[in-house]
Amino acid sequence: MSQQGYVAAPPYSQAQPGMGGYQGGFGAGSAPPLYGHYGGPPQAFSAPQTGMMKSPVSSSAGMSPPPVSSQYSPNIQQNGAHPQRYPAPPAVSAPYGQPQHSPFNSMGSSGPPPAQQLTNQMSAMNMGNYAPGPMQSPPPPTSPVAQLHFQTPPPQAMGQPPGPQSPHMSNEMSPQQSLPASMSMAGPPMAGPPMAGQPMGGPPMGSQSMGGPPMGGQSMGGPPMGGQSMGGQLMGGQSMGGQSMGGQSMGGQSMGGQSMGGQSMGGPPMGGQSMGGPPVVGPPMAGMGRPFSGPSPPGPGGFQQPGPGPAGSPGYPQQAGQFGGHMAGPQPGMPGAFPGMPGGLAGPPQKKLDPDSIPSIIQVIEDDKAKQGGQVFSTNIRGQVPPLVTTDFTVQDQGNASPRFMRCTSYSLPSTAELAKQCQVPLASIIKPFANLPKNETPLYVVNHGETGPVRCNRCKAYMCPYMQFIDGGRRFQCAFCNCVNEVPVFYFQHLDHMGRRADFYEKPELSLGSYEFVATLDYCKNNKIPNPPAYIFMIDVSYNNIKSGLVKLICNELKTLLEKLPREEGVDSSAIKVGFVTYNKVLHFYNVKSALAQPQMMVVSDTAEMFVPLLDGFLVNYQESKAVIYNLLDQIPDMFADSNESETVFAPVIQAGMEAFKAAECSGKLFIFHSSMPTAEAPGKLKNRDDKKLVGTDKEKTLFQPQKGVFEQLSKECVTQGCCVDLFLFPSQYVDLATMADVPSHTGGSVFKYNNFQMEADGEHFLRDLRKDVQKSIGFDAIMRVRTSTGFRATDFYGAIHMNNTTDIEMAAVDCDNAVTVEFKHDDALSEETGALIQCALLYTTISGQRRLRIHNLSLNCSSQLSELYKSCETDSLINFFAKSAYRAILNQPVKNVRDILVNQTAHMLACYRKNCASPSAASQLILPDAMKVFPVYMNSLMKTAPLVGSTELPTDDRAHQRLSVMGMGVEDTQLLLYPRLIPMHNLDVNSEVAPAPVRCSEERLADSGMFLLENGHAMFLWLGQASPPDLIQSIFNLPSLAHLQGHMSALPELDNPLSKKVRLIICDLLEKRPNSMKLQIVRQKDKPEMLFRQFLVEDKGLHGGASYMDFLCYVHREIRQLLS
Amino acid sequence: MSTYQEFIQQNEDRDGVRFSWNLWPSSRLEATRLVVPVSCLFTPLKERPNLPPVQYEPVLCSRANCKAVLNPLSQVDFRAKIWACNFCFQRNPFPPSYAGISEVNQPAELMPQFSTIEYIVQRGTPAPLIFLYVVDTCLEEEDLQALKESLQMSLSLLPPNALVGLITFGRMVQVHELSCEGIAKSYVFRGTKDLSSKQIQEMLGLIKPAASVQQGRPAAPQDASAFCRFLQPVHRVDMNLTDLLGELQRDPWPVPQGKRPLRSTGVALSVAVGLLEGTFPNTGARVMLFIGGPPTQGPGMVVGDELKTPIRSWHDIQKDNARHLKKATKYYEALSNRSAVNGHSIDIYACALDQTGLLEMKCLSNLTGGHIVMGDSFNTSLFKQTFQRVFSKDYNGDFRMAFGGVLEVKTSRELKVCGTIGPCVSLNSKGPSVSENEMGVGGTSQWKVCSLNPSTTLGIYFEVVNQHNAPVPQGGRGAIQFVTQYQHSNTQRRIRVTTIARNWADAQSQIQHIESSFDQEAAAVLMARLGVFRAESEEGPDVLRWLDRQLIRLCQKFGQFNKDDPTSFKLSESLSLYPQFMFHLRRSPFLQVFNNSPDESSYYRHHFVRQDLTQSLIMVQPILYSYSFHGPPEPVLLDSSSILPDRILLMDTFFQLVIFHGETIAQWRKAGYQEMAEYENFKQLLQAPLDDAQEILQTRFPMPRYVDTEHGGSQARFLLSKVNPSQTHNNLYAWGQETGAPILTDDVSLQVFMDHLKKLAVSSSA
Repeated sequence: MSQQGYVAAPPYSQAQPGMGGYQGGFGAGSAPPLYGHYGGPPQAFSAPQTGMMKSPVSSSAGMSPPPVSSQYSPNIQQNGAHPQRYPAPPAVSAPYGQPQHSPFNSMGSSGPPPAQQLTNQMSAMNMGNYAPGPMQSPPPPTSPVAQLHFQTPPPQAMGQPPGPQSPHMSNEMSPQQSLPASMSMAGPPMAGPPMAGQPMGGPPMGSQSMGGPPMGGQSMGGPPMGGQSMGGQLMGGQSMGGQSMGGQSMGGQSMGGQSMGGQSMGGPPMGGQSMGGPPVVGPPMAGMGRPFSGPSPPGPGGFQQPGPGPAGSPGYPQQAGQFGGHMAGPQPGMPGAFPGMPGGLAGPPQKKLDPDSIPSIIQVIEDDKAKQGGQVFSTNIRGQVPPLVTTDFTVQDQGNASPRFMRCTSYSLPSTAELAKQCQVPLASIIKPFANLPKNETPLYVVNHGETGPVRCNRCKAYMCPYMQFIDGGRRFQCAFCNCVNEVPVFYFQHLDHMGRRADFYEKPELSLGSYEFVATLDYCKNNKIPNPPAYIFMIDVSYNNIKSGLVKLICNELKTLLEKLPREEGVDSSAIKVGFVTYNKVLHFYNVKSALAQPQMMVVSDTAEMFVPLLDGFLVNYQESKAVIYNLLDQIPDMFADSNESETVFAPVIQAGMEAFKAAECSGKLFIFHSSMPTAEAPGKLKNRDDKKLVGTDKEKTLFQPQKGVFEQLSKECVTQGCCVDLFLFPSQYVDLATMADVPSHTGGSVFKYNNFQMEADGEHFLRDLRKDVQKSIGFDAIMRVRTSTGFRATDFYGAIHMNNTTDIEMAAVDCDNAVTVEFKHDDALSEETGALIQCALLYTTISGQRRLRIHNLSLNCSSQLSELYKSCETDSLINFFAKSAYRAILNQPVKNVRDILVNQTAHMLACYRKNCASPSAASQLILPDAMKVFPVYMNSLMKTAPLVGSTELPTDDRAHQRLSVMGMGVEDTQLLLYPRLIPMHNLDVNSEVAPAPVRCSEERLADSGMFLLENGHAMFLWLGQASPPDLIQSIFNLPSLAHLQGHMSALPELDNPLSKKVRLIICDLLEKRPNSMKLQIVRQKDKPEMLFRQFLVEDKGLHGGASYMDFLCYVHREIRQLLS
Repeated sequence: MSTYQEFIQQNEDRDGVRFSWNLWPSSRLEATRLVVPVSCLFTPLKERPNLPPVQYEPVLCSRANCKAVLNPLSQVDFRAKIWACNFCFQRNPFPPSYAGISEVNQPAELMPQFSTIEYIVQRGTPAPLIFLYVVDTCLEEEDLQALKESLQMSLSLLPPNALVGLITFGRMVQVHELSCEGIAKSYVFRGTKDLSSKQIQEMLGLIKPAASVQQGRPAAPQDASAFCRFLQPVHRVDMNLTDLLGELQRDPWPVPQGKRPLRSTGVALSVAVGLLEGTFPNTGARVMLFIGGPPTQGPGMVVGDELKTPIRSWHDIQKDNARHLKKATKYYEALSNRSAVNGHSIDIYACALDQTGLLEMKCLSNLTGGHIVMGDSFNTSLFKQTFQRVFSKDYNGDFRMAFGGVLEVKTSRELKVCGTIGPCVSLNSKGPSVSENEMGVGGTSQWKVCSLNPSTTLGIYFEVVNQHNAPVPQGGRGAIQFVTQYQHSNTQRRIRVTTIARNWADAQSQIQHIESSFDQEAAAVLMARLGVFRAESEEGPDVLRWLDRQLIRLCQKFGQFNKDDPTSFKLSESLSLYPQFMFHLRRSPFLQVFNNSPDESSYYRHHFVRQDLTQSLIMVQPILYSYSFHGPPEPVLLDSSSILPDRILLMDTFFQLVIFHGETIAQWRKAGYQEMAEYENFKQLLQAPLDDAQEILQTRFPMPRYVDTEHGGSQARFLLSKVNPSQTHNNLYAWGQETGAPILTDDVSLQVFMDHLKKLAVSSSA
């Protein structure tokens, strides 16, 4: 995988190739802690395991305890523990399991012990099998049965499997399936070996399963498999898998026959377990196992919903179907997924093992919240891993930049390039230099070093910071980045104390803080001239569409109030930002709104071929001074064009005009462009419809994401040079070639907002919220950022809404509080564990009042020659941010499918490396995940299901391009939320509680017919209403007698005077407030057509447009890992 | 003599024609030997209060290539109702409406006193007059204010139904839409980009871009309201436009230290021409360009915006060091031609202390009949009154301007027309009366004069083509017909027809008669026009040499002398003044560029080739009046000897009016004697020239520069540079006389000039 790397490869390349670490497992395994659920736990073994899983605490006792830090050890212990538990399994395995183990040997041996373990073997097996995805078919039958089975089994998974399950499995299998199937099934069960073999790729089975066939098969089987898949999987999984064909068929049957399920249970448990494996295993394993076992334990709470009971009937018809085989479902899916990757994923339904058994993001988030929420995080320790982005905490800057400004994928860098390459964990930092700080944190101090400018290292030009070492009694300092010894300027001299620290250590922010600002001198200004205050230009498309939709009027009205709220410096009465107005269709209209005029004057420029700005004085004005004229103008604009029937527009000349205006006024600033359609008028940047769905899935798909060459490229450069940021508000009714239109915004630190088929009632408020946020947010202009590092490594790649003229300077026309740049680092040399690794990010920018400043963020990281340190200090949220950006960039240059493969491969490599180097030995069938990365697969799977990567012809090209571009500038919080939306149950709100209800996992299984759920991912927000929503709920929220009365297109909840309504609205309102983008609230009823939209955000489920379910993915990754390790 | 004087005067009064020769030599050979060609100054729209226009259309000769108009010289057979064309001898029946014609009932055009007659043509819809102001906004605040006021004032002078438009320019060019309510709207063009007429019209929304026009269909019908946005009837947008002008600001773009403001005159004109071209082709229109400096960017740029690079001087031009000259000239010529083709004229009002690029832009006015006015500032009465006078009215209350004139010249067989010199362009109409020999703008028998006023005068040159061996029968007459079609300021279309005839004379036998028929004033002006015309394209010294040679040849032909005896040289009275005119012409700014900027030269020449004979003569040889206690005011010699201490002199050079107080007078005035009751007569003496000057100021267009100076005053240079330097520092003491003032110059005096002339004329070797 790694090698394949995208172009972007770097990241990948680093990664170490493979370790195939833990095959076993679903790494979930590792997670053990989490998965407490396994109903399975009940059993002795399981219990411990579970304990492990869920909360390390309980079960594993010592072992599990601290999940994170001690992970390893815990793991080991756990493992140890497990073994014990497992012991049973072994036995079991004997039947099925052992064999497996054996194959895997390493696995096997270790297997038992490793806690993580998930049964792995089984799981492995399952994997293969699951693929078959028998799921689907099975549904009906399965569900009931399966559920049962699973549930119960799980627990047993480990232990039980052997016994009961196997029987089931076999039984089921055989019955349903044809002999062969059964055979296979049997085989597996029988021969643990076979199973193993398969998974391993060993003999037939493994190979098969693994091999394409299985995949295909799965995919194929998809349906059939579906149900049974489960069963099949487990069992036959292997066997089946091998047979791929048969498998499926089998699966199908199996499904059909719940037997399968049963089997799965039975046989599977073990083998199946492969599937279950994970579940079974420690946690994951357990989980998996449970699924199977599930049945028996009846899904104890956890699964229950998903799996069993509910599934069955009510809730998820569909899903149910699929899942029905719950167990089955998942598995199948898995197989499908992996194998067929695409197809497979799609795979049907999988059955799941107990979903609760696999690592849960929600759980991770909640745990972190519980542990660190509300606490103070002091940045005084090098390499300290900060709380998750989802946790509320307070930062105290004590020498390192707040995680709000910088987050790293790992806080402990491997000390050599080799290590880095071995683990393949990308080393990157996500820098959000303008991040908003909560009110209770101190704003950055501004340091003024006088006329000579900030004190810097003479050689590498690093700025004075806490890492500089003062020597020679304070007369000289040694640069921490390049080791150059510099004279301390006379004015800056200070004596050192007995610790070797300067006496003014605490007085100077640049000596004691991680983040601060310098006042920049003329040397840092363009042309050595103090910049003018920036300007905002509002450029409104007044073509027929926008007039007709009422948009122009809406904007004009809003601007009147909005302009009062332009960002301004603390303590200043009015904003220094100037404003200007342009309207356009295929010609541009500039307005002279000089305060001295009685009326605004309009100047029409028709020369779109060579755009220019017709006036200077009076175009960019102070809003307060020219208020009367501007009001007059805003009143007149909608009327002036009311009769317009011009539908052609230009676009590039509009940007050009804004840029020229800034050039003429010698300032930087931002353009707000409100545009409706593809620019087809004769002018530079005229676009053609090049949307071709036939390209999807081919090598040429990348062209859909690539901007058209030419005008816009040049324009981007000019804009960046001038400090002209472009924000684009698009109101398209059809394809507009967003990839090209957004080219300039995406290189100038701008954003693109898109409102398909804009309708005043439905989207007006949504748009206005976006506009308000966008206009008011804090921002810096004409920025250049440089990331300096201490010797041994350096920044090599940069992702974001940026422009790079050379390899080091990150240029941004503007940078606001939501813009983040992801910087990837590579080794030049070995890093010293002693001194660690230092990063200094210096951002030179112009403030909203026109001052030139330098904002410095410093961060120190640990270095270690132990990979375990690296894995321990990883930050999944940052990792996924990096992967998202690099993958999204990679699809510009290579087929989407390649990119997906690379992602999976690298995931497998990273995990395999952990397994190989850090985890204590365990059965190969066990999936072992590093604690810090245990939810990584969920994100990764979600990432691969995002529109840009999924490659479905049903997704509008523009939407895919839009998402691709918007992610490029996102920070960690945003990608985290985007890839794992919050699904909040709203039906059982405690109206008196201050706290918002805890989110649940993004899976259909978590929905309830009688429930109401709020889902949001930072870009879209849904209020989902179950079919059986109680009327009183509907009444109190909507003031309607029943769900049936609900009309579509409601964009806001009615304001009703009852506690529930208030609470719901408050929650929504808070969310809207908190997110960088406003979201349109869409209300969907279960089973309504729009529900499809909603469903695509349930990222743990199989993707609507392709893509595996979480469970399937996990299985697939597991298999990959095992391959790597073998 | 007196008879010829009267004859000449009478002809001028009646027909507006002055011929160099009033008897024509009957053969080509003889004609060439006369040195001064058979030629005339023709004032097509000479004011004729006693000439009521007739309300019908002229009767034309039916021959396709003749089409002469029925005139008093035609042979008419009243009984047969037939007339013979006196140019081609074609016999034409009268149209039915002339059925009642008889010897006692003749139409006006047959009466001798109607050798000039004006017809009103009823065809076609009357087109409104159009005035398009093109205003430079890179002016000093004060200047701009004055200009704005003048423009606002002018709105009240325009005919109410006239259309007006406004284009302003500085760094950008703005075309103002006049019909809009609420927001003032304008279309802006970049000042550096040369646009085609079509692009301009597209950008103004006057026509749809080619791409969207359906093939096969002709360009979509123009939306009448579209062009009305920019050109609106005065009465409708009076208020709007007044406000708009009032709010006009100086060009807002900052001008860095050491730079000239960026002035896009070229593009502004191009837009103006393009706008009119697209909306009102072939309709009378005036583009009035007001500039306060040279074009500094874009096409038509005359000088860069660096102040350290001065605008080109004659010196630069001679050294081929004027880098923008050729390109700019070419650009403006192209514009002028486009404009002329559509009958639109362009006025230039240039007010600045430095040059404004008139040299390059002169063709705009020269070819389209527009005015050029040059002043120091818009805030001077010179500009204000001149501008006001553009809109002056005649005794009928009609504007003294006419548009879209087409002058056609028809000649009888013995003559052909060589060309004209004046504010016109050739229409390239070949015909039987076109000579191959070009003088001035030739090769055609029709010229377009886009804008005319009653004083517009063209010099028209002819060639006698009759062969020596085919003598004209005794008593035969040559005839010339001038047909001028134009749009009267009241929007009527009119045709004025002037038919004249002169006798043929055999140069060998009747040389005396021919000599006495010489109109030396007309001849001087006509020759001067030829000289000026040449000076536009040739080196100054070559032109002077040519003029000298012509003069010498003329003297040789008509002088009486003994060979090689200069003292014996004598000229007859009809030629006696001619050498003096030539002397002053040689020194005039029309041929001498020394001490004049290229702009000034262009300006002077511009006016010289369009004014009537009297004015032209003043330009060649300024008039000097003397006021003293010794007698009533009298004209005195334009000679340094006329400058006496006890005299007040009034000099009129057409462009300047100079009042010069002699040394003594100046002292008296300084002492304030005029304030004392007992010196009332002194006060009156001081007042007299002022009153006379005022009279001239009242009528002259453009307003002359008015200079009041005294002996020793710096402005006295205006006088000193014009007078014949009969006394200079070189000969002053030698003469030892107390008369006159010495002129500090090395120029030759008239005396010396004449001496040389005589010597050369009598030289047998010449």
